[in-house]
Amino acid sequence: MQFDSFASFLDMGGYGFYVWLSFGASAALILLLIFSTLLSHKNARANIARQVKREQRLQQAQAQAEAEAEAEAQASVSESTSQ
Amino acid sequence: MWKWLHPYANPEVSYHFAGKLKPWLGWASALLLTVGLIWALLFAPADYQQGESFRIFYIHVPSAILSMSIYLAMAIAALSSLVWQVRLADASAAALAPIGAVFTAIALLTGAAWGKPMWGTWWVWDARLTSELILLFLYLGVIALHNAFDDKQMAGKAAGILALVGVINLPIIKYSVEWWNTLHQGATVSKLGAPAMASEMYWPFVLCFLGFGLLVGAVACVRFQTEIITRNKMRPWVRNLVTSEVN
Repeated sequence: MQFDSFASFLDMGGYGFYVWLSFGASAALILLLIFSTLLSHKNARANIARQVKREQRLQQAQAQAEAEAEAEAQASVSESTSQ
Repeated sequence: MWKWLHPYANPEVSYHFAGKLKPWLGWASALLLTVGLIWALLFAPADYQQGESFRIFYIHVPSAILSMSIYLAMAIAALSSLVWQVRLADASAAALAPIGAVFTAIALLTGAAWGKPMWGTWWVWDARLTSELILLFLYLGVIALHNAFDDKQMAGKAAGILALVGVINLPIIKYSVEWWNTLHQGATVSKLGAPAMASEMYWPFVLCFLGFGLLVGAVACVRFQTEIITRNKMRPWVRNLVTSEVN
């Protein structure tokens, strides 16, 4: 241990401001890098997932519309044959 | 070697490989940085000339070395992407650029905060400092080009050419302290030969350097994964992956 008290540790032999500025700025930049990396990974996954869901909903809606159209056509066919 | 390397050119295999690698790199880096930084701040001796301000060394030098090694790695990736059209090389170059920019910024900031008490000035336009500042601008240019095109392949080409042209800056940074008169001191630590410093300063430096290096690896793994899924978002494996909860 190079320091005999917490105050002398903070003071860093008079260079406290410069030492803690260096360590603080570096820590801030590295934490920012880590968080932005994790956030952009999460966002990328969420964006693709949203796109997949949207396409699935579109497909579903399309299939439903086709089924309805077919049912309607069949109904009109059976109507015309019964008349 | 190609037989061994070939599966890693597959985005899905690489994605899962990076995913397996990242917790090991992350935890090893956390461990080394905790020990290294506590050692550097509390137990390493003060320099006989610079006093306690010398503790900035344990961040400044590792990040300066890393800023250049990351650039070299990025340029090699850019070269393999441009020459051999390795798609994943593009993704790794794009993943590395922001990490390199952060470590360059840290090297510049800690250098300024060290220069003020030691040289009496935050900044001088001398060879070492100016060339390192140019490295930061090169990184920012590469990042900007990667984001400037919707077509990732075209973006990768443009950014790759800039990255390759910028390689000329690396020997300039490295030898600037020998080629020009500069305030910056020469190399304290070199890979070959005995370090020009006491072992009670050398070992905490080694731990910090390895810790920061592994941190770069861990962050690079995550960014690489992000790049892979955004470049392959139409692939079924990516679609299954993002809709499941598994990472």
